[in-house]
Amino acid sequence: MNLSRRDALAALAAAGVVGVAGATVLGDEGSADAAVPADTLATLVAVAEAVFPSEATGIEPFVETYVAGRVADDPAHREGVNAAAADLDATAHDWRDASLVDLDRSARDQLLRDLSVDVADPDPDGNLAAQVRFYLVNELLYAFYASPTGGRLVGIENPVGYPGGTESYQRASMEDEDG
Amino acid sequence: MAEDRSPEPAADVCVVGAGPAGAIVAARLAEAGHDVVVLDAGPRFDLDDRTAQLDAHLRPGGEASGTPRGGGDAAGSLWGMGGPRDAYTSSGSKEYPLNAARVKGIGGSTLHWQGMVMRLHERDFELQSRHGVGVDWPIDYADLRPYYAEAERELGVAGAADNPFAPPREEPHPLPAFPPSHSDSIFAEACEALELPMHSVPNARNSEPYDDASACVGYGTCKPVCPSGAKYTAERHVARAEAAGARVIDRAPVQLLDHDASGERIEAAVYATPDGEEHRQAARAVVLACGGVENVRLLLLSASDAHPDGLANSSGLVGRYFVDHCFAGVGGRVDRPTRQNHVGFNTSECHALYDGEDPLQGVKLEFLNYAGPSPVIEALNADDWGDSLLDTLRESYGTHLAVGALVEQFPREENRITLDPSTTDDHGNPVPDVRWSVGPETRQAIERVNEVQRAILAELDAEVDWVVGPDETGPAFHHMGTTRMGTDPAESVVAPDCRAHDCDNLWIAGSSVFPTGGAMNPTLTIAALSCRLATRLDRWL
Repeated sequence: MNLSRRDALAALAAAGVVGVAGATVLGDEGSADAAVPADTLATLVAVAEAVFPSEATGIEPFVETYVAGRVADDPAHREGVNAAAADLDATAHDWRDASLVDLDRSARDQLLRDLSVDVADPDPDGNLAAQVRFYLVNELLYAFYASPTGGRLVGIENPVGYPGGTESYQRASMEDEDG
Repeated sequence: MAEDRSPEPAADVCVVGAGPAGAIVAARLAEAGHDVVVLDAGPRFDLDDRTAQLDAHLRPGGEASGTPRGGGDAAGSLWGMGGPRDAYTSSGSKEYPLNAARVKGIGGSTLHWQGMVMRLHERDFELQSRHGVGVDWPIDYADLRPYYAEAERELGVAGAADNPFAPPREEPHPLPAFPPSHSDSIFAEACEALELPMHSVPNARNSEPYDDASACVGYGTCKPVCPSGAKYTAERHVARAEAAGARVIDRAPVQLLDHDASGERIEAAVYATPDGEEHRQAARAVVLACGGVENVRLLLLSASDAHPDGLANSSGLVGRYFVDHCFAGVGGRVDRPTRQNHVGFNTSECHALYDGEDPLQGVKLEFLNYAGPSPVIEALNADDWGDSLLDTLRESYGTHLAVGALVEQFPREENRITLDPSTTDDHGNPVPDVRWSVGPETRQAIERVNEVQRAILAELDAEVDWVVGPDETGPAFHHMGTTRMGTDPAESVVAPDCRAHDCDNLWIAGSSVFPTGGAMNPTLTIAALSCRLATRLDRWL
């Protein structure tokens, strides 16, 4: 199950980021905007690898495209994402003596659960768990399950929030991905 | 630069309220060459914010994380409802979540509505004559029929002439109906066996591009927000009114209507602006169009020596006979894919029970296209992730079905809107008190509807997992009956032309003039009455 740049753009559209199909957010080659620091992106990809289903592939470009678009015109959100990513990585150093990206998938999962991110209410102004849930985990889950590829894993190619047209609701089953 | 909210020097018409009832009147009168001013208590919402509103709706804390229907007053927050401006009380035996049920602002409640638009049936105009309950309308279906056709064009209705129970119509809908859903085809087997013919839903939603707006693209969040503009909102008529020269002033709550010495003519609408000032908008005619609750409040707040019980209230009926539609529903799961939550609107319904006598109340059955959870919303609210979350989502999505219904309430004098002087809004005015109840005869009708809904699911061998019956029912947010239309000034508030019996130049638009409410979503009838009102007011002017 390979995530595509198109999935990231679909998720951006669902997240209210307009104009993403143009060049306002992404460079001509579709590269991520430099506004997101490399260490933030690395942390986000590490979190995505923990919270996405294990069969998801293509995570890194998907996350880069989505996050770059999400923060491009929203400095406050960008600051929140950067801070939550840095604080989470600092916690990994404190508790596990390693950077988040150097932990294996199950160790990242356990770190997030030890922080109570799984049961935290997402809140940009809350404690670290609430901020990680808001800026990192829910942002990534939203991007994933509002995209057609993420939806397909559950059985819906036109998930709520994704403008997937008015044909799919009439069909008895999912069409092939290319159909 | 601050927006100019000063009054217009010479207005022919002042329309209070920029929802569909007022906006259609404003557009038509402005296009006929009249000087029109529209005042609305709420703001102008930016079209560019709709996708961000969708995002806010889906995330935890948004409306989607609430209960499937109703959702309490949190459901109104997406459109800024709540707070001192919108304070109210609910003193009936059934709680009424008023701020989930309406939107203040340019577009009014069409900003968050679902957009189902069907004509009332002929029996709805003749309940007293036919069945000895409620009251007859002073007009009949034939009177309204040409205006229904106009209203369908105004709203860009997508529909088909496939409903064997619908009243006669003279021309096709302006847009083709949305085709049935996959789940409709599942229901069709059961409904055929039970002799409940299914037919299309008329939708105020573009099945093709119409009126400079996009066709539906399937965001799936019609209620509470359509980012594509395919769903009709009264913003379209506000734009038309403005293009024809009308002046539209937002954030301008009208405080009272001021009349002349005789008490027979309204001279001005007194409105407040965000800078703390008050202004008087004089006009030759005033059209009150702020919904079945605020219409009442404004008339009662305008009490004077000439009208001690409130403006246009010599009958004492302003605020009485408040009716809504009651929701009834049954949902469950079957052993095959049902393909729900692709779109946020319904494509099939059934009016087979509407004109019968078991129950006597009108009943409209709806086959939902959004039964059960949406994976993205469930994921954001889960306390899990990774493969185990995916397993949970796969288990919970995919096999849900639900049949809903709107059930008619007959008008009862004790269900009413009044002022609650113990609570005041942000301008010091008493807030509306909603006294709503569901009477024993409506409860019985809901039980009967539940039997039919259970029978449909039983035909499909579904495992029922929820029922909304008489104890769980809630309002469909259709505020009707509180300034009823009639010929006798002692028994009604407005005349058949929607002009107040007590004031020469005060007209009332919207569902508050409905003498009875049937069980059809009211907005097409609101629009038809506004087309009719505009024609009459044009002549009067």
